[in-house]
Amino acid sequence: MNFSELFKLSGLLGRFSPDGKCLASCIQHRLVVRDASSLNILQLYTCLDQIQYIEWSSDSLFILCAMYKRGVVQVWSLEQPDWHCKIDEGSAGLVASCWSPDGRHILNTTEFHLRITVWSLCTKSVSYIKYPKACQQGVAFTKDGRYMAVAERRDCKDFISIFVCSNWQLLRHFDTETQDLFGIEWAPNGCVLAAWDTCLEYKVLLYSLDGRLLSSYRAYEWPLGIKSIAWSPSSQFLAIGSFDEKVRILNHVTWKKITELDHPATIASKKTIVYKEVEKSPTVDRERLTFPPTRALASSLFSTQSKYEISQVPVSLQYIKPVADRANPKVGVGMLAFSADNCFLATKNDNIPNAVWIWDIRKLKLSVVLEQLCTIQCFQWDPCQPRLAVCTGSSRMYLWSPAGCVVVQVPGEGDFQIMSLSWHSSGDSMLLLSKDHFCVCYLEREEV
Amino acid sequence: MGDWKAITVPVLSSDSKNIFPYTSERKRSPASMNSQVLRLSLPSSKNMHSFFSAFCTEENLDQSISYIDRELTTLGFPSIYAESKGKEINLVSIINCLNELLALQHKNLRAQEEVEMQHLKLGSDMDHLQNCYAKLKEQLELSKREIVGLQERDRQLQSKNRNLHQLLKNEKDEVQKLQNIISSRATQYNHDMKRKEREYNKLKERLHQLVMNKKDKKLAMEVLNYVGRADGKRGSWRTDKTEARNEEEMYKVLLSDYEQRQKQLLLENAELKKVLQQMKKDIISLLPPQKQKPKERSEDGLVLSDQEEDIGELNKENMWELSCETVREQLTNSIRKQWRMLKNHVEKLDNQVSRGHSGALNAKDVISREDYELETERLELEIQQCKEMIKTQQQLLQQQLTCDDDTTLLLQDCYLLEERERLQEEWRLFREQKKNFEKERKSFTEAAIRLGLERKAFEEDRGAWLKHQFLSMTADCKSENVTTPSAFIRSNLTDGVSLLGSDPDIRSVRSASWQRRPPSVLSPTVSPEPCQISHYITQNSVASEKPAAENMPNLWVESDDKEETE
Repeated sequence: MNFSELFKLSGLLGRFSPDGKCLASCIQHRLVVRDASSLNILQLYTCLDQIQYIEWSSDSLFILCAMYKRGVVQVWSLEQPDWHCKIDEGSAGLVASCWSPDGRHILNTTEFHLRITVWSLCTKSVSYIKYPKACQQGVAFTKDGRYMAVAERRDCKDFISIFVCSNWQLLRHFDTETQDLFGIEWAPNGCVLAAWDTCLEYKVLLYSLDGRLLSSYRAYEWPLGIKSIAWSPSSQFLAIGSFDEKVRILNHVTWKKITELDHPATIASKKTIVYKEVEKSPTVDRERLTFPPTRALASSLFSTQSKYEISQVPVSLQYIKPVADRANPKVGVGMLAFSADNCFLATKNDNIPNAVWIWDIRKLKLSVVLEQLCTIQCFQWDPCQPRLAVCTGSSRMYLWSPAGCVVVQVPGEGDFQIMSLSWHSSGDSMLLLSKDHFCVCYLEREEV
Repeated sequence: MGDWKAITVPVLSSDSKNIFPYTSERKRSPASMNSQVLRLSLPSSKNMHSFFSAFCTEENLDQSISYIDRELTTLGFPSIYAESKGKEINLVSIINCLNELLALQHKNLRAQEEVEMQHLKLGSDMDHLQNCYAKLKEQLELSKREIVGLQERDRQLQSKNRNLHQLLKNEKDEVQKLQNIISSRATQYNHDMKRKEREYNKLKERLHQLVMNKKDKKLAMEVLNYVGRADGKRGSWRTDKTEARNEEEMYKVLLSDYEQRQKQLLLENAELKKVLQQMKKDIISLLPPQKQKPKERSEDGLVLSDQEEDIGELNKENMWELSCETVREQLTNSIRKQWRMLKNHVEKLDNQVSRGHSGALNAKDVISREDYELETERLELEIQQCKEMIKTQQQLLQQQLTCDDDTTLLLQDCYLLEERERLQEEWRLFREQKKNFEKERKSFTEAAIRLGLERKAFEEDRGAWLKHQFLSMTADCKSENVTTPSAFIRSNLTDGVSLLGSDPDIRSVRSASWQRRPPSVLSPTVSPEPCQISHYITQNSVASEKPAAENMPNLWVESDDKEETE
């Protein structure tokens, strides 16, 4: 495992290109495009204001940089560095911006979610989508990029519109039986759309591509409902994480619950492996001590090493009682992710913020629990193999695979607190992002 | 027990001390009574003496005698007087009376002892019973107290239970109330939200209008140059056609997805059906054949026929692919039936085993077990024998295979040598035969050559002889003397000519003459191998005789040859 040196970064804006050749990162108002393997700078662009959001187009030829404060989106081309494009929303303001799947249209959401403007880079046409819903996931594209679903709200009622991305024609428009639609997501096969309600109502609605309601699922009535949703890559399962610390999995044949996965604070099952991260005191080589101590030595003395140990079942995990009178309590399953081969599901229960739960989907049983020293910030599955990378805000990166798990200390001058990570599309390298820096980790083929 | 009264005999006043305390002590405990009884039966002689002297003295002898007599008669003893009235004492009767009295005394003492024993026993019994009674009374008291305590506890628990029920009810009511509160608050909240949302929408609309107005002034998008579309095609107008096409595309996508799913489901179904079929076959094979047990219920017989039908029907391959209701149901029903039968069978076996264990005397079972044991013994013996056989065979095989290399080589060599020698023998024979054949061929060729030469010579000779004869014949015609011999000769000749073929004598003459001529030529060569040559030539002549039948002169020539050779 090799680590690159640390580079500057701002705003956690670091992204690999979809084709995997380049890496884009932002430092304040500058956009730096590097080669993904050698990290040499390929291009350097300067934007008008501090960049808040960047996104690669699907063909990796363009990058959009959104500056919400200014209400401006700038688009850069990799093929022609001289080419420039600036989209100014003016007084309409800008809240969100994204590419369309064909990589030639930009969808800007104006302030107060007044409208979504579809700017075209090919023609002079502009389209507007009125009454978009101000929710977490209001716009969803199918995986093949053919259709777009937009959540709308008119007259205090929720609607979903399905557009054809090739010519932005409205295909279907139907209302949903939700109180307050919170999010929509397409299944990976592009034929089913899941829509779920706000956390005050536990309700998941499943619509077919042509707008028919296939099924509706409701687990319970009054307590806080859905916190997170994830489709399995084969579209066979829909995992729903809720505030009652459980994940319910629906199957695609009957759209009924096949199992409930519970996240208790005590793990008693003998078949579950619990990996616990323990600190190990750093060894100091006496002969190497010099005065004044070098920076590296100082940092290595003060940085704590850690390793994994297998805890004996039954294990009781660190449980945090949620504050009763606050909104959006830190309770329930807040993070869900299926592995790429559809065999594992990783979840995080916000009551037990230091643990990652890995479920074996083939057996529908808890297979592994990773107990870390700090709160889990982010985890992501390798896009090719069943490998999970976890970061907890320390300078260590954790990798789990069915063969075992490992703690990797990012070499450097310490103080590199990994807040986010993202895998390269080939699964050979990973981008580790902290508040001010980023580094790329290259994995060898025979690694864990 | 009674009180013993003192015998009021006046004379006893002097010894009352002895008696009164004695009698008064009677009322005390039986333990002390024993000693008193003993004391009674063994009075000290001293007291007795005084006692006796107190009653009768010299003066009142008659009185005492009469008194004694009176007492005795009242007691039923005969009088001590010799006569009924008189002062003569019958000593014998006195002695008898004394004796009787002593016996009576003994008897009374014994009776007294017995009574006292019984008295003691009864006293102890009474004490014992009193103790028991006291204990039981205590126990009764205790139990009564316990019961009271338990009752009290029961009452407490019941009241607690009631309280808890009440609490539960209260809680349930509270929960219901809270739920109602929540729902009412939720509806209120929704209503408020809707109101706020409407207001917000109005604001948005207003804002939208303002923004739209402002927007006209600025150009929102600056691009250096427009980029081509990702797929390279040109943009198209939005028309109804495109709408229709969009719909079509969408339905195509949906349909392909459904089709794919259906294919997967069909595959799965086919797999499952195969598995079920397999299971069914296995179950049927596991079950005992129904025909051997006619005692079974008639149902099974029916089932059997059904099952056969089922097997027949559902084993057809094309049935598997049908997914219609009836076929599916048939399959599942038949499997259920088979499974039930298997279950029954297993249960029966279990029962049999359990019965066997409990040793129930079912004659059939017992016999069958014996049979079974015999059978197993026999089979074991067989197995043993077979094993031994196999072992020996294996050993032999091993020996064959794993004998020393030398011996194998030798063996192989032996075989080879044998063969080689045989071959050599054969070669030798072959070569001999070849030689012989060669020799024969040579001799044949020589003989043939010689024959040819001889024939030639013979022909010439014949020709010459004929000429000579002819000449001689003509010469003979001129001279008569010569004729007869010539006639003879002529006749000989003609005879010879005519009889050459038939007359063996002439033939022999001829042959002799011929033989004379080239004896050296023919004989040595011809004689040693007469038969062979004759074979050779007879073959020739045989071959040529057939066509010779047509040609006369040839016959003659051939026969000459024949003669010659013979």
